[in-house]
Amino acid sequence: MKNKELTFWLFITPVLLSLSLVVIVPVFMGLFYSFTDWNGLNFNNIIGFEHYRRLLEDEQFRNSLWFTFRFTFVSVIILNFVGLGLAVLVTSKLRSRNILRTVFFMPNLIGGLILGFIWQFIFIRVFSAVGDFTGFEGLLGWLSTPETGFWGLIILTVWQQAGYIMIIYIAYLQGIPKELIESANIDGATSFQKFRHVIFPLIAPGFTVSMFLTLSSSFKIYDQNLSLTGGGPYNSTQMVAMNIVDTAFSSNQMAYGQSKAVIFFIIVAIFSLSQVYYSKKREVDL
Amino acid sequence: MEKNVYEKRKRKYLIIEVIGLLMGLVWVSPFYLMLVNSFKTPREIFSNVLNFPDQFNFDNYVVAFDDLNFIRSFFNSLLITLVSVGVIVLFSSMAGYALARNKSRLSGIILLVFVGAMLIPFQSVMIPLTANFGRVGMLNRYGLIFMYLGFGGSLALFLYHGAMTTVSISMDEAAIIDGANKFQIFFKIIFPLLSPISVTVAILNVIWIWNDYLLPSLVLSRANETIPIRMFYFFGQYTRQWHLALAGLTIAIIPVIIFYFSAQKIIVEGVSEGAIK
Repeated sequence: MKNKELTFWLFITPVLLSLSLVVIVPVFMGLFYSFTDWNGLNFNNIIGFEHYRRLLEDEQFRNSLWFTFRFTFVSVIILNFVGLGLAVLVTSKLRSRNILRTVFFMPNLIGGLILGFIWQFIFIRVFSAVGDFTGFEGLLGWLSTPETGFWGLIILTVWQQAGYIMIIYIAYLQGIPKELIESANIDGATSFQKFRHVIFPLIAPGFTVSMFLTLSSSFKIYDQNLSLTGGGPYNSTQMVAMNIVDTAFSSNQMAYGQSKAVIFFIIVAIFSLSQVYYSKKREVDL
Repeated sequence: MEKNVYEKRKRKYLIIEVIGLLMGLVWVSPFYLMLVNSFKTPREIFSNVLNFPDQFNFDNYVVAFDDLNFIRSFFNSLLITLVSVGVIVLFSSMAGYALARNKSRLSGIILLVFVGAMLIPFQSVMIPLTANFGRVGMLNRYGLIFMYLGFGGSLALFLYHGAMTTVSISMDEAAIIDGANKFQIFFKIIFPLLSPISVTVAILNVIWIWNDYLLPSLVLSRANETIPIRMFYFFGQYTRQWHLALAGLTIAIIPVIIFYFSAQKIIVEGVSEGAIK
């Protein structure tokens, strides 16, 4: 009996130890430090809610939060729309469907940092060349204003991640029994009716999954932000994750950065918990 | 009448075919633009950004390859990725097995802690994490691999625990009768049965760790820098010198493309599995 317990602990200790030292202990230490004047090495005073009070007046942080929420909202909608569209496209009787699947998914495997640099070239050099040539002014000066920075980040994110959302929807689309589509055909349903009344209700769980996946991944974005706009111009496109990294490691305000990190955690946790709640509710409803 | 329906359907498929082709072109165009411009001179990029270069000039690649220190950063990335993924696969499968076979309240609580930890974003732990590891002199490759186990172990454990439901306990019992101990049962019987999920876990973690920038940039010294870290400095150095920057980006992408085309089916299945479970 004793021996059995020993092997149990031997098997789980490596993962448990690393999780504790890498995630659990730092979470609690971070929470504590956010109430102190910690400088990364030691602290002298517990200062209560001082950092959090300062957060309320931190215009840059407020801008970052607002920008991140706006970015998340728009990218979640477009990503799911495009991802579903691509999935419908590559599951139709298209001759090129296999190669298209390969192409749409490819950007997913490459890091956001590298992809951001590629798109920096496209927005700055290619867009302006095409704009000069065609006289279309909408293509000039990309990434030099907050608005073009915003849409640049949206385009990059959609291009990179739509293939991933496509894969999720494909799994659900392929789970639809053929007989259902056939009987809808016999009943004379149009393509739109088939989609609205047969396909859509059956892929709705996939919608929940990818909605929340894109919600938290968009909110946490860092690499793409760093490489595409670097937060510029004048930090107007700096998202929350980048603002935290900057506060802690560039301005060396460790405890203050940590208080932002705590707020960040709370927001992400609300997203995730509402997903759990929503999925559970759906299961009950079914 | 018959013919009309047939014509209509044919036209519909033609339209979808064209939409597919256009979308495909939109999706590859960034790679196309990167590639053709990486062979041009700065002047040519300026005068002719959309077309093929006048001649394929490899000078940009020679400079970029050298400046990226590509051989070294490639092997740094490879080492970190392979060891971390190996460690994650080994220890997570062991823990998933132990938790699935030991159905106690404690096991349930431990599993819940792991699942809960998946909700915690990296940015909310990175500051104390790097401070702690710095204090004990572990901001190096060993520390990084240990961190990857901590961050990646939860999802892997969760996937292994789920997969264990398909492995019948009679497997264990038969092996016990044959006199095998727990380690033998696991490594000789259970682990091979879990290999489909091991492939999924490995694929997901390779994609993540190979491309990860922020964590290694906080942990590793310049001598051990991985491809993304090197790329960040390289690009900063060649701001607006697009010909060199694009050659460097192409070099950095090549290993990923080779990986994708050599194991495409497994990769797509693995990613799909990891997302939906």
